[in-house]
Amino acid sequence: MTQFSDTRLAEVRQIIDRYPEGKQKSALIPVLHMAQEDFSGWLSPETMDYVASLLQLEPIEVYEVATFYSMFNTQPVGSHVFEVCHTGPCMLRGSDDIISYIKGKLGIGVGETTADGLFTLKTVECLGACGYAPMMQLGKHYREHLTPEKVDAIIEECRQSVA
Amino acid sequence: MGRKLLLEKAHIPGIRSYEVYRREGGYASVEKALRMAPADVVEEVKKSGLRGRGGAGFPTGMKWSFLAKPEGVPRYLVCNADESEPGTFKDRYLMEFIPHLLIEGLIAASWALGSNRTYIYIRGEYAWIVDILEQAIVEANANGWLGKNILGTGFDCQIYVQRGAGAYICGEETALIESLEGKRGNPRIKPPFPAVKGLWDCPTVVNNVETLAAVVPILNIGGEEYAKIGVGRSTGTKLISACGNINKPGVYEIDMNISVEEFIYSDEYCGGIAHGKRLKACIPGGSSVPILPANLLLKTAKGETRMMHYEGLADGGFATGSMMGSGGFIVLDEDQCIVRHTLTLARFYRHESCGQCSPCREGTGWMEKILNKIEYGKGQLSDIDLLWDIQRKIEGNTICPLGDAAAWPVAAAIRHFRDEFEWHVNNPELSQQRNFGLAHYAEALTTV
Amino acid sequence: MADEIKMLKVTIDNITIEVPQGTTILQAARQIGGEVAPPAMCYYTKLKGSGGKCRTCLVEVSKGSEADPRPMPKLVASCRTGVMDGMEVKNITSGKVTDARNGVVEFLLLNHPLDCPVCDQAGECHLQDLSYSHGKEGTRYEFKRRTFEKHDLGPYIQLHMTRCILCYRCVFVADQVTGKRVHGVLSRGDHAEIATHIEKSLDNDFIGNVIDVCPVGALTDKTFRFKNRVWFTKPVDAHRDCPNCKGKVTLWQRGDEVLRVTGRKDQWGEVEDWICNTCRFEKKHVNDWVIEGPTKIDRHSVISQGHYTGLDKPKETFSAVHGGRAPKLLMDIHSVSEVNRPGIALSEIQGPATSDTFNIDKQA
Ligand SMILES: Cc1cc2nc3c(=O)[nH]c(=O)nc-3n(C[C@H](O)[C@H](O)[C@H](O)COP(=O)(O)O)c2cc1C
Ligand code: SF4
Ligand code: SF4
Ligand code: FES
Ligand code: FES
Repeated sequence: MTQFSDTRLAEVRQIIDRYPEGKQKSALIPVLHMAQEDFSGWLSPETMDYVASLLQLEPIEVYEVATFYSMFNTQPVGSHVFEVCHTGPCMLRGSDDIISYIKGKLGIGVGETTADGLFTLKTVECLGACGYAPMMQLGKHYREHLTPEKVDAIIEECRQSVA
Repeated sequence: MGRKLLLEKAHIPGIRSYEVYRREGGYASVEKALRMAPADVVEEVKKSGLRGRGGAGFPTGMKWSFLAKPEGVPRYLVCNADESEPGTFKDRYLMEFIPHLLIEGLIAASWALGSNRTYIYIRGEYAWIVDILEQAIVEANANGWLGKNILGTGFDCQIYVQRGAGAYICGEETALIESLEGKRGNPRIKPPFPAVKGLWDCPTVVNNVETLAAVVPILNIGGEEYAKIGVGRSTGTKLISACGNINKPGVYEIDMNISVEEFIYSDEYCGGIAHGKRLKACIPGGSSVPILPANLLLKTAKGETRMMHYEGLADGGFATGSMMGSGGFIVLDEDQCIVRHTLTLARFYRHESCGQCSPCREGTGWMEKILNKIEYGKGQLSDIDLLWDIQRKIEGNTICPLGDAAAWPVAAAIRHFRDEFEWHVNNPELSQQRNFGLAHYAEALTTV
Repeated sequence: MADEIKMLKVTIDNITIEVPQGTTILQAARQIGGEVAPPAMCYYTKLKGSGGKCRTCLVEVSKGSEADPRPMPKLVASCRTGVMDGMEVKNITSGKVTDARNGVVEFLLLNHPLDCPVCDQAGECHLQDLSYSHGKEGTRYEFKRRTFEKHDLGPYIQLHMTRCILCYRCVFVADQVTGKRVHGVLSRGDHAEIATHIEKSLDNDFIGNVIDVCPVGALTDKTFRFKNRVWFTKPVDAHRDCPNCKGKVTLWQRGDEVLRVTGRKDQWGEVEDWICNTCRFEKKHVNDWVIEGPTKIDRHSVISQGHYTGLDKPKETFSAVHGGRAPKLLMDIHSVSEVNRPGIALSEIQGPATSDTFNIDKQA
């Protein structure tokens, strides 16, 4: 069942309180972030319908928003999502090579997930870390100044955290 | 050494915490502001000559004085921390290292504008910075700088952090407001402007992080004093995030009275081009502004030294100049391919277009496809003219400036580097391997 | 007193009129009429918040107002820009406008399948009209067009997303006319699409109106599809006593058969009254209706080639306006009617159909 825990529900109420009376629609993006975290890293139609009922919105309002923002996954993803930036400034400092390296290492293409469901590789546009390129986002944090060695270490770290 | 007003204290150990920040003189500007009439605070900001640091450079004091004040309707201040323009990472630096500076500026500005609920809209990817800011807000509340009846003035104010979820367009102020209302980030059609009808249809001011942080030194040293720093209408200090092929990428605070050459080559700033290479080109104000070849970057068309301020970077208009923009300074060395770089930017704008209006929705994708063709050795000479024509038909014809932002980089790349595009067409087998070369663009340079 | 409505003077293409305060440039231009009225693909008078998106209605404001005579720096969307006193506007007299509008039309057609020969809307499609007047011969776009699967939105409406120009009108209709919306715009940029996300049917009593507002053949009446080409049907105004709506409609007949029911449209292609699904989809017998008489049709170019009353023939200024260029058809509509020749299996045509597809002699 798609259902937030009580602590999460309290958080939702707190978020709604940030806005004036009747403006709970503003809570949609923060709540979708929470839902994505809590329900396997992606927003299934069921999850979105749940969020809609929670905020008293029409489901379509939720679908429209969820599909607009690139951080929301409307398809299942692996447990670790490598989001590697490939915009100009990162490209100038070798992001293309890093992406090839990750592809080779994980044996997947961009947008694909490894067979064991551990890793998904995505390319993303500028994440505001251009001075620390090449870089990727992994969960909540950035990994910057990437080198093949660092990528190896990150993959190892992810494997460990699942084991 | 230039004067530092924003980052002066950013390196003091523990400055992220309230205790250290306060000990170092933090929140003095709030004490000062709350003893002034709100209109006088606005006046002080006007005197400072501060211009918006988000990209457009609109005078902040003037923007504030446009805010409608109908009776009984709340007004809102929204801080734009969406920072998604490629090459730009200055706001992040400020929020990460000295978060209380932003909170302090926000409280003073909220007082000036009469905002009781103030929002920081931060790009969704900066997730850990949300925690840093929320911690700072908790501390500010605990110490009486936020909440009810602040400093006994009867002024109530609360600051909330709202996370976006991955959309460059939400940096555009009306798209940001839509997003904050829980909707798709479709820019609104103006007028009405946010100053009249913004967040939840109430009068709203949207300002960049750096703009709001600058309110603190303005109040501390006084608007007139602030205006003395810099040159002409480029007053005060500016954060520049430097990246690309330089020795020392990072965020620098400059007073707007140094030359571009000094900024690139001096050890205080970028420290020269990496690996002893030569400078080829630079995009001085974030991906949207025109790229300049080395010769036009260091000197204006008239042969004068190009300066790092609003007017200096814009000298020559789009024909031979560029823009200060958001302060994202992207440097390309002699090995870099202009076509490839332009392609990544075109892809960026196609990816980030909200899709509301037809020239941007369709035109950005078309430009990307043609650039892709040229980059991979499948282009024709006529494609270059077609690209030019497409960008021309997008520019100025869209709902929001993203259309222009997508058109300008392509236009400038063709304007200054047409021969490199042609070289790609004429040497398809080499188009991927070798860079066209530097000879046409820059003279040998001496470092400062 | 405040009741008194201020009248503002505005000059459009050298014609000066007075309009009440709050009038948009587009509405003012429509009062003048003819070609002075800019084409509008997304604006719809009855739909609040519509307009501003397609950019076909861009005009040049050469003088802002009497008080501030400066020209506006950019072309503006006439559908969303209010008239100011003393404003001077150029539409067909501006080279800049023509140039930009040609660009907009090219953008709108970029990913459009150009499948008019198999499209229900052919003959009453605003995009087709527009490409008539502003389209170039052929396209400069050589890439694969974006495609979507077509699918049914419930029992009455079919969505052919490939043809959609994202005018958002159908979204506004669902919000403002039906009160409950199950479809919307999903994804963003050039991936944006009209959809329901998960299979859902549009079944509100008034949802059929999305068909009438759709400027292209993206939303079509399943109860009409492929029955006939529009220009072979005869429109008559009719009404019935309907408990849900005013029951004032246009019937599209062939002989005594009612092939289709739509709302009554004014000369700008906008419906006069919303009609309910019952009237639209279920009353397909002449006996259901009281016939009032033939419908006046005066704007749609293709339909206008038929012999209906009240024709507003275009004035002959077109080629002058378009730099001597005669209006060009994107494809020859006459050969399109070959569609009805039994020799062609429509479903087997690969990719966008062109008039050549139907020119059997040429193919041979
Ligand atoms: C496509 C687009 C993206 C923008 N992104 C940002 C941004 O990330 N941060 C920002 O402060 N301003 C951004 N702006 C500018 C804002 O619309 C607005 O002008 C700015 O926040 C005003 O603040 P300021 O006056 O303090 O500069 C963007 C504008 C456009 C058109
Ligand atoms: S210019 Fe682009 S981003 Fe701006 S409203 Fe139009 S489609 Fe959206
Ligand atoms: S389906 Fe038709 S009415 Fe709806 S947005 Fe597309 S073109 Fe407009
Ligand atoms: S270009 Fe990669 S983080 Fe900015
Ligand atoms: S009708 Fe005005 S922009 Fe579409």
